[in-house]
Amino acid sequence: MPAEFAVELRDVVKQFVTPEGANLAAVDHVTMQIRNGEFFSMLGSSGCGKTTSLRMIAGFEWPDEGEVIIEGKPMGHTPPYQRNVNMVFQNYALFQHMTVFENVAFGLEMQRAGRKEIITRVGRSLDMVQLKGLDRRRPRQLSGGQQQRVALARALVNLPAVLLLDEPLGALDLKLRKEMQLELKALQQQLGITFIYVTHDQEEALTMSDRIAVMSLGKVRQMGTPQEIYERPSSRFVAEFIGESNFIDGRMVQISKEAAQVHVPALNMELSATPISGDLVAGEDVIVSIRPEKVQITNSINEMPNHMEGTVEKTVYIGSDTHLIIHTGSQNLKVWEQNRVSRIDPHAFYSSGQKIQLVILPENALIMKRE
Amino acid sequence: MSMLQKLRENRSSQGTLLALPTTFWMVALLVLPLLLTTVISFGKRSPDGEVIYTFTLNNYIRLAGFDPNCPPADGTCFNPLYLQILGRSLSLAFNTTVLVILMAYPLAYFIARSHPRKRNTYLFLVLIPLWTNFVIRVYAWMMLLRKEGVINNLLGLLAGWIGYDFKPLEMLYTQGAVLVGMVYEFLPFMILPIFTSLEKIDNSLYEAAADLGANPIRTFRRVTLPLSLPGVVAGTILVFIPVMGTFIVSDILGGRQVILVGNLIQRQFLDARDPTFGSAASLILMIMTLVVTYFYTRKFGFGEEIVAA
Repeated sequence: MPAEFAVELRDVVKQFVTPEGANLAAVDHVTMQIRNGEFFSMLGSSGCGKTTSLRMIAGFEWPDEGEVIIEGKPMGHTPPYQRNVNMVFQNYALFQHMTVFENVAFGLEMQRAGRKEIITRVGRSLDMVQLKGLDRRRPRQLSGGQQQRVALARALVNLPAVLLLDEPLGALDLKLRKEMQLELKALQQQLGITFIYVTHDQEEALTMSDRIAVMSLGKVRQMGTPQEIYERPSSRFVAEFIGESNFIDGRMVQISKEAAQVHVPALNMELSATPISGDLVAGEDVIVSIRPEKVQITNSINEMPNHMEGTVEKTVYIGSDTHLIIHTGSQNLKVWEQNRVSRIDPHAFYSSGQKIQLVILPENALIMKRE
Repeated sequence: MSMLQKLRENRSSQGTLLALPTTFWMVALLVLPLLLTTVISFGKRSPDGEVIYTFTLNNYIRLAGFDPNCPPADGTCFNPLYLQILGRSLSLAFNTTVLVILMAYPLAYFIARSHPRKRNTYLFLVLIPLWTNFVIRVYAWMMLLRKEGVINNLLGLLAGWIGYDFKPLEMLYTQGAVLVGMVYEFLPFMILPIFTSLEKIDNSLYEAAADLGANPIRTFRRVTLPLSLPGVVAGTILVFIPVMGTFIVSDILGGRQVILVGNLIQRQFLDARDPTFGSAASLILMIMTLVVTYFYTRKFGFGEEIVAA
């Protein structure tokens, strides 16, 4: 019976000694369960512990505490060459003294596969990453994008239970990166292999992942689907790390299971908002987080919840969107509006000092604990 | 001013100017003497040790083991002494190179994989012996190896403790002594190039090999060794060629027992006062070294980086 999870980290701790001699927990009591066939991303800035976690799954590092479990089997000190996982390295780590074919065949040779099988599988693998006909080249004769594909083929040809990817697209230019994102996702769905993807690029994580673990300082800050992470960030840190947000101080007035009222002095009003944490109580100091694109500019002045008037302070036209700073109460709000109408006529655009009506739906105003 | 201006714009004359001092040096001190040596090697020795310029192959015939004055039908004139010397030099150079590789590689590997801060200390330690004069270091081996030397004294002491009747070992003036001396002298010249090529191997390559299922032994065979081969090749060239020609180590540690081509040449010029025969031996030594190096580098290259072919 296949294990429930492809990979499990149970309360894993990994410490490093800093050059100053202090102990630093690169990974600090991390627990994750990665499901079979899932595209799972670890997202965070450098030093958050994402790469160390990945390296512990690969077997390059061993946890000081806790356990790494792959396909139901605790790994203990199992060396990398006995684990059914393969890695795509950040710098690709291709063998320069071998041809593309030899690079991709390496893993199969180590498994002592037959010559015929190697030729078939390497060929199929190179087809899959669209490198047909380049098998006699040396890695250095290939472009960055092609080398990236060789690295991918070299790992995938072994049909591992889990593919580990350490910022594999980091060195590619933006356009190629976007193409590869979609290709990787398609490949993962086609093969049904569990992907664990490490990245510091939030957009990349949102685009590809089934689930994301947002990490910081060795800890998992939030784990969930891209929608959950973006629409319901559990803390100010996550809301700030992924996308942008307006953070406004307030005080809980009243709270029920679904809805809550927050008094916001800066806006001089009471906001209907959605509590994110379950343990908020009336009278508590909180933060309200509102994504800029969730603030609606409206013409109708009818009675809607969270309705307010503001003055346009600044506008930035960025093509697809217009970014506005709107002064309301004593607060400046970032508001992003999609340019659904043509802005070619100056009258169809906002001008500084213009009065404007704003509405924020209660589900888009998130109440968080003050950290 | 305008000369400088012209020079600044003319790349090829810049190159000529930069190569000029070395070219002059090489022509004066290598090409001309070499031509002279070639000419002398076809000459004859006068009774008082002067060179008579003529054209005869006698010196080469002597080297091959035949006496030019011997009647052609008589086979007893064949004496393989010089061929033995050439063969001995070749095999000693080969053995030295192999031993040096076997000893230098693990050490170079250890240094390359050690912490960057300790690395410089280790390299420094490797280089320290080179601060002392070559000849003095060979004499030091004499102190160690001779009959009343350090090693024999220590062994005698140990033997005395366990009540074993110990006769001092004859170590000095043997081929073994020369081999030990050669290996010792040339070890740093192998360690450094191997270290350099090992150091360049990114750690992620070892990890990639392990990740793809290679245990440490197979990682070494398939990744580490091929990628460090340029260092081994460069080191081999740096060791093999000088060992072929050296005469100091064999002179001091081999005495009259271990005569190499180097000693032969030296004696022809200084003791036997026969520069014509010495020149012929020099040329043969050079040709032998060139031939071995040629076939070796044709197979392995000159130790350059593995680049896209």
